[in-house]
Amino acid sequence: MNLLEYFELVITDYTLRTITLGTAVLGAICGMLGSFAVLRKQSLLGDAISHAALPGIAVAFLITGAKDTNTLLLGALISGLLGTFWIRGIITKTHLKTDTALGLILSLFFGFGMLLLTFIQKQPNANQAGLDKYLFGQAATLVESDVILMVIVTGVALFILLLFWKEFKILLFDADYTKTLGFNTKFIDTLITFFIVLAIVLGLQTVGVVLMSAMLLAPAAAARQWTNKLSTMIFIAAIFGAFSGVFGTAISASQNNLSTGPVIVLVAAVFVLISFVFSPGRGLLFRQLRFRQNRRDLQLQKTLQFMYDIVKTHDNISHPHAIRILNNFQGFTKKSLQQLEEKQWITLSGQEWSLTPKGFSKAENLYNQPSTNISND
Amino acid sequence: MTSPQIEIQLIAAVVAIACAIPGVFLVLRKMALISDAISHSILPGIVLGFFITHDLNSPLLILLAAVTGVITVILVEAIQRTGLVKEDTAIGLVFPALFSIGVILIAKNANDIHLDVDAVLLGELAFAPFDRLIMGGVDVGPKSLWIMGSILLSIVALLLLFYKELKVSTFDIGLSSALGISPMIMHYGLMSVSSVTVVGAFDAVGAILVVAMMIAPAATAYLLTSDLKKMLVLSVIFGVFSAIAGYWMANLLDASISGSMTTMLGIVFLGVYLFAPRKGLIAVLYRQKQQRTEVSLLTFLLHLNNHSEVEERHINHLQEHINWQKVRSKTVLNLALKNNMIEIDNNIVSLTEKGKEFTDLALEYIITNKDEKIEPMKDDFFLFRG
Repeated sequence: MNLLEYFELVITDYTLRTITLGTAVLGAICGMLGSFAVLRKQSLLGDAISHAALPGIAVAFLITGAKDTNTLLLGALISGLLGTFWIRGIITKTHLKTDTALGLILSLFFGFGMLLLTFIQKQPNANQAGLDKYLFGQAATLVESDVILMVIVTGVALFILLLFWKEFKILLFDADYTKTLGFNTKFIDTLITFFIVLAIVLGLQTVGVVLMSAMLLAPAAAARQWTNKLSTMIFIAAIFGAFSGVFGTAISASQNNLSTGPVIVLVAAVFVLISFVFSPGRGLLFRQLRFRQNRRDLQLQKTLQFMYDIVKTHDNISHPHAIRILNNFQGFTKKSLQQLEEKQWITLSGQEWSLTPKGFSKAENLYNQPSTNISND
Repeated sequence: MTSPQIEIQLIAAVVAIACAIPGVFLVLRKMALISDAISHSILPGIVLGFFITHDLNSPLLILLAAVTGVITVILVEAIQRTGLVKEDTAIGLVFPALFSIGVILIAKNANDIHLDVDAVLLGELAFAPFDRLIMGGVDVGPKSLWIMGSILLSIVALLLLFYKELKVSTFDIGLSSALGISPMIMHYGLMSVSSVTVVGAFDAVGAILVVAMMIAPAATAYLLTSDLKKMLVLSVIFGVFSAIAGYWMANLLDASISGSMTTMLGIVFLGVYLFAPRKGLIAVLYRQKQQRTEVSLLTFLLHLNNHSEVEERHINHLQEHINWQKVRSKTVLNLALKNNMIEIDNNIVSLTEKGKEFTDLALEYIITNKDEKIEPMKDDFFLFRG
């Protein structure tokens, strides 16, 4: 099955449509909530939470003995929240730093989860197969009820987001100010964190524990490059997330032996790469172009300034001078002289140049502020 | 104990020591998550190395994978330098991408490769003793023991050689450059050593658990001491203890060895986190409560000092005047009484001679605001702490 066939099948085939819809919704909610994680500098919290969710899945299975997705995800949610609060506790109550706390919880919870998973595998009842899909995710296992759950959670998250929009926004950019305004920062903070944990838990089935954090980060990090406005960023991040989900699932479904998680992450990584290079405002490419343009302008101005220094000793500003006398100054080339002429700052005739009145006044005011900025002059 | 069992424990202990030593410096330098990034992103290095060498234990493969680890660090720093995203986002973007490439490479070449994803995450310590190193026809022991042993030896040698330099560059970058010790060289040196260790340990404990082996012993030790040498020794002890205890737990439960080693590390950390004498959770909470009460006591004494009028000092009116809850004012009042700082006569509270002296000193402390003064002062005056 190649990609084109896949997209043809999406329209006709019920299963494929469910899966595609599921990953799209997942990508959208991850992008949406991931924006908050990225802006709050909590990018790696997602990584820790997703790993910390693993023992919850195993414990939920051990208790209920059933592989009902919702029960397992509930276990994951509890265990993820537990991990989050323990991280908070370590950071606020001891002198261990954030990175150590995250690394600790991530690896310790994951290790414990793996212990439980291997323990379950050795148990006599044969029902346990398939728990390891939570490691790397398998979109193919999504069924309609999962998608409905995702849609509901996304709807609730969106509603809460709009309801507390002002509070979320102000907490994001100035936490101290929020506190002085009398908002309950602890509550808002817990609310955001709760929804981030929820998004992560929802994605475990599709993307898996190990790579879930990238699903949260990558769309948001990509969207950040295109805008400086929070609402636009969230919107773009949701779109990037949805596209990564759909393309990732399509590619992984059209090949054998590919888990969905890694493919979705790679697609999202491509979005990030493109955004880093090509975004008009912050992108590396345009930044480099602007940098060059500025350097060229500066060189022209340097040449012009030098000419001005020569010319101002003469009465007639348009008196021609030999190009040769610019020699002890390195900044000019044939091309830069031509550019100066194009701007009508100088005129060239043979081996001589002369400053035009326009060029003279330009050079005179080169280092003065534009007159609008000078007060009461 | 059978001979493979002894060998497994020996390998586990060696891995634990080799991870704990660089781990201490990573934790102190606030770079614990770099070990997470390295451990994930060496995967494509290992897979590519395997294509070239066709031997999971070849030194060349370890070298190639370690280079991938260092490349990760450089890549993260490069992304960070562009200023487009913050450091944590840079880490979070790089390693999942590289790890995904590794997983996909494994999946696409599953037939040619003796690696599966479970082994990547968990390692295969149980099988380590069966891959023997034969030298000149003589069986000299498991291969991975030799590999980890040599990595450990080089780590210890490097630590002894550069202990002073590492210490200075960890705690004071400015001083270390002034002394002519390049923080850059130390940084990348430590990164390379960590990469090599992670790759070596990867085989035994897997990608994610190697992070636990590095960070958890160091973090546990950090809660108990502020002395670098003691911290190194303690983290080695915690690492080895958890490795061996974890092995027996795995034996008991018939579960993954590396999983139970990590769980042991977690239990040890939890214990220390709760009960560490000065930096543990309980000690911190107790101290915070004590300080809260003592600050309240000070406020109370100052209030008494300020008011000579009787109605301000009536025992039943304290709550209204200082805005305290009932329980709190009772605690504070009792504390002040026990320390002989106040006397109560006809339900009117007044300062004693000692209370007056303490309040004056405290007032001076509040005006000058020198932190080091208050604790000795409390020691001098308090018979009972809050």
